[in-house]
Amino acid sequence: MNTRARWGKRATFGVGITVAFAYAFPFFLVFVNSLKLKYDILENPLALPVSITWENFQQAYTKMNFFRSLTNSIIITVLSVSLLIVFSSMLAYYLARTKTKLTKYIFLVLVASMIVPFQALMIPFMARFAQFVSWNNRGALIFFYIGFGVALSTFLYHGFISTIPTEIDEAASIDGASDMVAFWKIIFPMMRPITATVAIINALWIWNDFLLPRLVLTEETQTLPLSTYLFYGQYSIEYGQAMAGLVLAVIPIVIFYLVLQKQFISGISQGAVK
Amino acid sequence: MKFAGVPLAIFSIVLVVPFVNGVYYTFTDWDGFETTKLVGFSNYAESFQDPTFWSTLRFTALFVVVSLVLVNAVAFGLALIVTSKLKSANFLRTFFFVPNLVGGVVLGVIWQFIFNSAIVALANKYDWELFKQSWLQDTNKAFWALIIVTVWQSSGYMMIVYITGLVSIENDVLEASQIDGASPLRTLFTIKIPLMAQAFTIALFLTLRGGFMAYDVNVALTGGGPFRTTELISLHIFQDAFANGNFGTGQSKAVVMFLIVALAALVQVTVSKRYEVQR
Repeated sequence: MNTRARWGKRATFGVGITVAFAYAFPFFLVFVNSLKLKYDILENPLALPVSITWENFQQAYTKMNFFRSLTNSIIITVLSVSLLIVFSSMLAYYLARTKTKLTKYIFLVLVASMIVPFQALMIPFMARFAQFVSWNNRGALIFFYIGFGVALSTFLYHGFISTIPTEIDEAASIDGASDMVAFWKIIFPMMRPITATVAIINALWIWNDFLLPRLVLTEETQTLPLSTYLFYGQYSIEYGQAMAGLVLAVIPIVIFYLVLQKQFISGISQGAVK
Repeated sequence: MKFAGVPLAIFSIVLVVPFVNGVYYTFTDWDGFETTKLVGFSNYAESFQDPTFWSTLRFTALFVVVSLVLVNAVAFGLALIVTSKLKSANFLRTFFFVPNLVGGVVLGVIWQFIFNSAIVALANKYDWELFKQSWLQDTNKAFWALIIVTVWQSSGYMMIVYITGLVSIENDVLEASQIDGASPLRTLFTIKIPLMAQAFTIALFLTLRGGFMAYDVNVALTGGGPFRTTELISLHIFQDAFANGNFGTGQSKAVVMFLIVALAALVQVTVSKRYEVQR
């Protein structure tokens, strides 16, 4: 490698590492200040804590009802994503394998629906579903996520199923497998890569969603973003506690990401090329 | 057909019915509960007579254009860094992507602390004039605060889209250009970018749509303030309907928003597609 190329590489690395620090800095700032007392935060937000206090975390944990919101977030995300996978893979299979005018038309409607912003629906939506929501708001929210998520998920599955040769279905049906058995035993396991994509894209969206839960959920069923927002609104004057609350809100998804990093990146890039 | 019944029914109930309903309501005297008569276009007329709606539309348009340009420029730069055969590429990619994992609301309040408290405390200590008053209390600076947070949040995701495009370019094409003596910059503009135009189509579409629909960061960072001057269209509609109870005009504005988003996306995709090279 010649000197010019080597310097080019060093410059790229320099820029890269600087930007990486800038990207991580807000999280660092929040974490450092979550360990400090209120007075020390205002004195110098950049300084490292003189003496570490975990008091802020204890307060935030109880006041934002962390355990309850975490449980709600997990229940809602896991159930919605699982049901989305089941329903949209079956729907995509039907639409990709049954080639009629009707299926073509349904597929077009699904694709077109992805451009509709939620804001254009939310007002009649809330009027229409008020009763359903007050009867069981977690169940209602999961139901809504299936409705809103089914188009993109079906679209992703549809692209993938089109690459699976129909001979496989035919072989299964000659061997006497019903449609359902053929799909779940043979086709679905072949779609693992795209299932990972569908799971990750939907999980990120549902885990972090704010507007729909804000309209639908009550205090007992709050998810993590919702309780973080409300907690911060109430206790932002107590800087240390507010920072501890933010750390708690960020930690679960970051751990999840660090464990499944490869799947995250390949999942999103799979979703992007479709 | 048994495969398709349930999801299609849910899709219709959740999406199709409220959409058709919503458009219908804008032509009636709907008050959130019942309708008694058709009123033609009067809800739309009333919406467009609202001066705050116009200022929101202007503010949103500016936000969409600036965030679209900056998010994509930064994301493309990050993608180039990460694909430049550095040993630390994976490590850097991890960092760039992290803000994207966290929801807009949490990011919004993190930056609210930074702009309102951390920077102001430092500015007073070290005497930085520019930051002594919180950026969020000034409409123009609050706009840039929104842009900074949006770029920080979205560039990691778009980076992945661009990485996917960059690595899809065949190596022999790149080697050929190197043998022909093309400089790295020349290779970037005449080989790489045209061959990965599809990634631009997708990333531009996603940022365009994301810009129009931005709500979380807006509500958590500025809350629309000072004096409703930094309300983006989503927050404006939310306030109109759920805070002020104007369901008719709120829904009309939402339909206008839908038409703008659909039109802008259609134009963008048609234009971008023209630059895509068939391989």
